[in-house]
Amino acid sequence: MKKITGFVLIDIMRNRFVLIYTLLLGVMAWTVFNMEDSASKGLLTMLNVVLLITPLVSVLFATTYIYNSSEFIELLLSQPVRRSAIWISMFGGLSSSLVLSFLIAAGIPTLIYAPLNQALLLIFTGAIITIIFVALALLASIFTRDKAKGVGIAIMVWLYFALLFDSLILFLVFQFSDYPIETFMTVVTASSPIDLARIMNLIQMESSAMLGYTGAVFKKFFGGSWGLLLSALIMIVWATVPFLISLRIFNKKDL
Amino acid sequence: MIVVTDVNKSFGTLKALRHVHVNCQPGECIALIGPNGCGKTTLIKSILGMVLPDSGKITFDGQPVQQSYQYRGRIGYMPQIGRYPDNMTVKQVLDTIKNLRSSIKNPDTQLYDAYQIKDILHKRMRTLSGGTRQKVSATLASLFNPDVLILDEPTAGLDPLAAEILKDYILQQTSRNKLVLITSHLLSELDNLVTEVVFMQDGAIKFHKSTASLKQETSGSTLAQAITLVLKQNRA
Amino acid sequence: MKICSIYFLLALCMWQTAQGRILHIGKSIYPFTNIKQALINSLPGDTLIIHKGVYKEGNIVINKPLTIIGDSMPTLDGDYRFEVLTIMGSHITISGLRIQHSGFAVLEDPGGIKIRNSSFVVISNNELVDNFFGVYVEYSTNILISHNHIEAHGIQEQSIGNGIHSWKSDSLQIIRNHIEGHRDGIYFEFVTHTLVWRNTAENNIRYGLHFMFSNDDNYFTNVFRNNGAGVAVMFSKRVNMRNNKFEKNWGSASYGLLLKEISDSDIEGNHFLYNTSAIFMEGTSRIRALRNNFVGNGWAMQVQASCLDNAINGNNFINNTFDIGTNGSVVLNNFDNNYWDKYTGYDLDKDHIGDVPFRPLSLFSVVVERNPSSMLLFRSFLVTLLDQSEKIFPTLTPENFMDKMPAMRAYPL
Repeated sequence: MKKITGFVLIDIMRNRFVLIYTLLLGVMAWTVFNMEDSASKGLLTMLNVVLLITPLVSVLFATTYIYNSSEFIELLLSQPVRRSAIWISMFGGLSSSLVLSFLIAAGIPTLIYAPLNQALLLIFTGAIITIIFVALALLASIFTRDKAKGVGIAIMVWLYFALLFDSLILFLVFQFSDYPIETFMTVVTASSPIDLARIMNLIQMESSAMLGYTGAVFKKFFGGSWGLLLSALIMIVWATVPFLISLRIFNKKDL
Repeated sequence: MIVVTDVNKSFGTLKALRHVHVNCQPGECIALIGPNGCGKTTLIKSILGMVLPDSGKITFDGQPVQQSYQYRGRIGYMPQIGRYPDNMTVKQVLDTIKNLRSSIKNPDTQLYDAYQIKDILHKRMRTLSGGTRQKVSATLASLFNPDVLILDEPTAGLDPLAAEILKDYILQQTSRNKLVLITSHLLSELDNLVTEVVFMQDGAIKFHKSTASLKQETSGSTLAQAITLVLKQNRA
Repeated sequence: MKICSIYFLLALCMWQTAQGRILHIGKSIYPFTNIKQALINSLPGDTLIIHKGVYKEGNIVINKPLTIIGDSMPTLDGDYRFEVLTIMGSHITISGLRIQHSGFAVLEDPGGIKIRNSSFVVISNNELVDNFFGVYVEYSTNILISHNHIEAHGIQEQSIGNGIHSWKSDSLQIIRNHIEGHRDGIYFEFVTHTLVWRNTAENNIRYGLHFMFSNDDNYFTNVFRNNGAGVAVMFSKRVNMRNNKFEKNWGSASYGLLLKEISDSDIEGNHFLYNTSAIFMEGTSRIRALRNNFVGNGWAMQVQASCLDNAINGNNFINNTFDIGTNGSVVLNNFDNNYWDKYTGYDLDKDHIGDVPFRPLSLFSVVVERNPSSMLLFRSFLVTLLDQSEKIFPTLTPENFMDKMPAMRAYPL
């Protein structure tokens, strides 16, 4: 398993697309922190990157990589290798390489410029969101053999979490505005990894005061150390469950 | 050595394999023949564990293949269309597989040398022609000195010279008491090569006979003639 | 500066009490060892000099014209039971004392210094530490409170009173005090013709400065930093607010300046820096907000629908998350001629006024005003997208809510 993971890792690190992603992310992070007049503004911009670009790149790249590796996977399958080992290696290689580029490109400047606890939280969320969207990509790509369809599903997944889910929240908030739904909405919002990451980071930042009562409810849930642990747990569930489902399917799939 | 017992497999509504029984022993060279889409490749993939049968049992040396993966270390597989990662060089492909099969000590470099793979080691897979790719596939299948060779349409795309080299190699392996499974629809290719014939149609095995008895029954001089006669008999 | 003013006051007092005597209070070598004794022996116009030491004499009442001066900050301690100084009279000066540990009985509102039915009283250069109320003024006129340091140490809100509390008084001058940790830094109820100048109020639990039913007052050049809210002006008229700094009044219900039921007032030349909501106005009318600087606030202005005929002109709006928030759909206030850093228009005729109007109201700020729960989506991609589209096709935001003449460049403020 280690051998295959290592192989995937090296193969991806040589990939031009990942190199460009790393480079662009790095350039963006450094400029953001140098241009913005305060570290907290830079941090907000970086948060947008983590919430939008990181998931998009992760889900798209992972999906295309899986499709492009179908030959390699077939080749491996005829070798004395456990089936699950191949899929786990794909997941491990993809997520570790993308996390690595995120850490190098965005992590270092964030650590240098932003307050330590906020920087660490941002880096943690960035890394776990990368892993979550790699897992979702594996799930998307296992459902169909058609590459175009698979990439389409991947984009839909991203669009759903980045945009559609929030529209749904907005809709619910207005539909039930006459009821005390703050707690309920907090739980619903926390069920999307991107929203959870956004609010986790926001309540650690200065702008948390603007969240008002809603923020207070959220803080009660996710503000303390138990809350952080709970949020981390939710994120980890988001990273593992889609992957485990895809692994189950992969193990029973005819290739 | 490889025993397939009552295997069924369907893809949606298509029945790819129905009640397939095959028994393969070392020293045999078995031709798996039949029209396109008759289930040959599905059967091979089932043996390799790439396709999971709906029912039935496949054993390798008495061990069911479904729970195991180590047995694949004793099989050399040459796919119908060798598909490899485009960006890898030939050397990388060989190294990767070597790496995964680290238990094999003395590689069999006969085909590697014969096909002069050494000269194309640095080339990327996507730049190779279909024939050259087949050579790489054959080399990969043979390199680790496996007890079983499974060759899916091995000579398709190979130039006559390379095909001859491969045939010689297959003969040699059979004589060394190894098991060779070949699918092909070019019956002429298989003359003098195979010891057994398995004929498949619509996912079912029509007959499984040794070449000698087949020729005797039909008094045909070549394999092709013999099979054609059998098929005619069956229809009548 | 401080020393100068002490001498000035001293000179003033000496002139005033030219015929008075000087009584010394202190340990052993001085004629009086406690203050009460000296007070009994004093005549109107005398000067009492209290020397260094701690005096725990319960409640001390001063009801005749006297000048009481501390030498090297003597401490008057109320032992957490008494009102330390009670002033009932006129022409009384208290200076250079450290007054601490007043009682905490809530009903009587005990303070470090209580001024009652008095006039022409000067309270200057004192330290008022850990009292329930710092200085408590009622039914008094012409009181000067200057150069005091007023600080509370309480933790629970009900055990902390206001720094300077005034009730039904007139013509107060509150100058150059530093007030921190109290409930309200300065509290006015029915207080008129009063000047608040050059004070600093910080870390107070509720407001830095709080007006209730107080008309014709002025506050200039004060700093309100990190209070629950900087200044609250409620149910008042004709309050002049100039040149103040409202800073870092940051928290989930914090304001720089909270206006409620107030009219005919000026807000001019103030700096609002990093407040959650720089100005929150409700039921205000005929207010002019001119040449103010709003930088880095969550909301620069939250204008409730009940506000009308206010003029907000010539201000700078820079780096605020929301420039304007409102729950109203009818536009009854004037927002022309401001500088908005979010303005992306152009100025072809080079008159430094943008050629296209600016809409300072973002869709999300409207949505949040209508339904605070939607703040859950703060800084999400969806909100950015909606705001952008709203800018192009206004649907939810009032059509005519706009600055028709936005400034191209920030005003030098």
